[in-house]
Amino acid sequence: MTAVPAGRPTAVPLRVRLAARGIDGTTMLVVPALLAIVALFVYPFVYGLVLSLQPKVGPFTASYRTFFSDPFLRETVWNTLVLAIPTTLLNILLAVPIAFRVRLMSNQRLLTTILVLPVTLGTVLVAQGLLTYLGPQGWFNRTLLALHVIGAPLKLTNNYWGVFASLVITGFPFTFLLTLSYVSGIDPALEHAAATLGAGAARRFGRIFLPLLVPGLAVTFCLSFVQAFAVFPSAVLLGAPAGSTHVISIAAYQAAFERYDASLGSAIAMVMGAVQLVVVLLALGARSLFYRGPVGGTKG
Amino acid sequence: MTMTMASTRDAPPPRPAPSGEALRLAGLRRDFGGFQALKGLDLEIRPGEFVALLGPSGCGKTTALNCIAGLQPLSAGTISLGDRRIDELPPERRGFGMVFQSYALFPHMNARRNVGFGLAMQRVPRREAEKRIDEALALVRLSAQADKLPGQMSGGQQQRVAIARAIVIRPPVVLMDEPLSNLDAKLRLEMRAEIRRIHEAIGSTTIYVTHDQDEALSMADRIVVMRDGLIRQTGTPEELYERPAHADVAEFMGYRSKLAGRVVSASNGRASVEACGARLEVSVRAPVSPGDPVTLMVRPEDLVAGTSGVVATVRISEYRGRAFFGAAQAIDGTELFFRSDRPVSTGERVTLGARPDQILVFAGSGA
Repeated sequence: MTAVPAGRPTAVPLRVRLAARGIDGTTMLVVPALLAIVALFVYPFVYGLVLSLQPKVGPFTASYRTFFSDPFLRETVWNTLVLAIPTTLLNILLAVPIAFRVRLMSNQRLLTTILVLPVTLGTVLVAQGLLTYLGPQGWFNRTLLALHVIGAPLKLTNNYWGVFASLVITGFPFTFLLTLSYVSGIDPALEHAAATLGAGAARRFGRIFLPLLVPGLAVTFCLSFVQAFAVFPSAVLLGAPAGSTHVISIAAYQAAFERYDASLGSAIAMVMGAVQLVVVLLALGARSLFYRGPVGGTKG
Repeated sequence: MTMTMASTRDAPPPRPAPSGEALRLAGLRRDFGGFQALKGLDLEIRPGEFVALLGPSGCGKTTALNCIAGLQPLSAGTISLGDRRIDELPPERRGFGMVFQSYALFPHMNARRNVGFGLAMQRVPRREAEKRIDEALALVRLSAQADKLPGQMSGGQQQRVAIARAIVIRPPVVLMDEPLSNLDAKLRLEMRAEIRRIHEAIGSTTIYVTHDQDEALSMADRIVVMRDGLIRQTGTPEELYERPAHADVAEFMGYRSKLAGRVVSASNGRASVEACGARLEVSVRAPVSPGDPVTLMVRPEDLVAGTSGVVATVRISEYRGRAFFGAAQAIDGTELFFRSDRPVSTGERVTLGARPDQILVFAGSGA
């Protein structure tokens, strides 16, 4: 009586079929996050892209043409790269040996707190402080003069080096904390094993730690680089915003809010994103040449 | 490691000393702040000997091994190999092979390169190194897995790579820190025989740390039982098994039932002891007098349900092939572990007794 009519397969409810593919009521919890991503990231990005292709005058590529044909604008890519890449590399170079020492310390929390402070202060305050400290009458020059290391004050502000110093100071804590987490993730037993097999400190670092760290350092590089590439306040306050530190974010700001050319501003932002993407992809491509599995000595 | 980047190229480590030198530990002490992990360890290990450091966790056995390897500094004492003092040398200049509990294989190198690491550090010429790697891999029966990364191997295979890596450098001393504790029971039994076979094949001195008395008994030439940073007893497996010197060593050797008693009468090597409401005949090695408090210890397989002895109520009974083993509680609450040839059930009353020579007698009531 309740038999299913012959010839018709038993219908599986949609809900059951979806559940079998991992979609059920819990999946709905993704929705708020998805909405936030769409509203705060996807929509502004698409809006900017469209805007960059709608110049005030000329064909749809006119804003991009303006950027690449004007040397003053075009050079901002280079200006930003020569700030962001060296400071990021220097920060990693500083962070690795310090992280190696810190991983053995018991008071890591105190040190972490001290290091996080500059992050909380923000770039403007750091730039303001450096402006005084590194200025011609600042403590740095005065000390060097008093010690007769230099004869005349060094020019360290309103040029490349002021922005460089600011990027190192504000970027270091971030780079360091990331590096520390990668360094402490390596099983200390590996170092012991290498030592008992006759490897001194230099070869333990070169043969065991470094190959295992490279993938993590590549990720650290990407994140720190993206942060440094977006440099804005310190390039204005500590640099020469019309000259050597005319960075790409300044160009975008000037186009959008001083010349009121929203299309050009968006185009510059798109170029900025593209340059970051290229550098990040290069770094991640280099990373794929290395071992990327678990860094413990045991079965995972 | 802060200096790693600045330090100059390492000097090549010295060739491992030829085997045939005794390892002497004299007064080894290791303090961690206020805690003393080692309180004066004296031990001489003969060349080619297989010594097991046995003890519960926290007894200092792993600390002792790390100090021998040079991974931890000594607070006091000396270590010498033959007539050379080595306790001042960093680990990379001692030339000892070490096998770690966590294997500590280099995850980015395949089995072959892991095994070859020590040879590369010693700058062994390539052709000789290749030959020795092949031999070492063959010895641990892993020739077919040579190109696999550690992550692609099973726990047992990883541990064998770790052993090959430690022995390929032909160390005068091989140190093993609970190498089997991460393996399953069946593999553990296989690897015991394997490690013993490898030890005999290479003939180097082996120091093996374990908390498993079966492992120590079945593998070692000599067992050193440690407790609270001190050596409690040293001896061959037979000596320790048959004649433990202290109640805690006996407990570790499988004398699970512990009865507090009082000597009633004693005469030429025999004594009558009252314990758990019964009178037990025991043989004694040290003289005792009537009235002395003593501790009696018996193994489960020797305490048999029969007609005379301590009356107890069965709590647990398990069939373990051929015989039943169980736990029972005597009238005074003492927990007794026994064997029975006939089935016993929970709640049943049994009378448990042992032959006089199977009961160990220790002076004192036993803490």
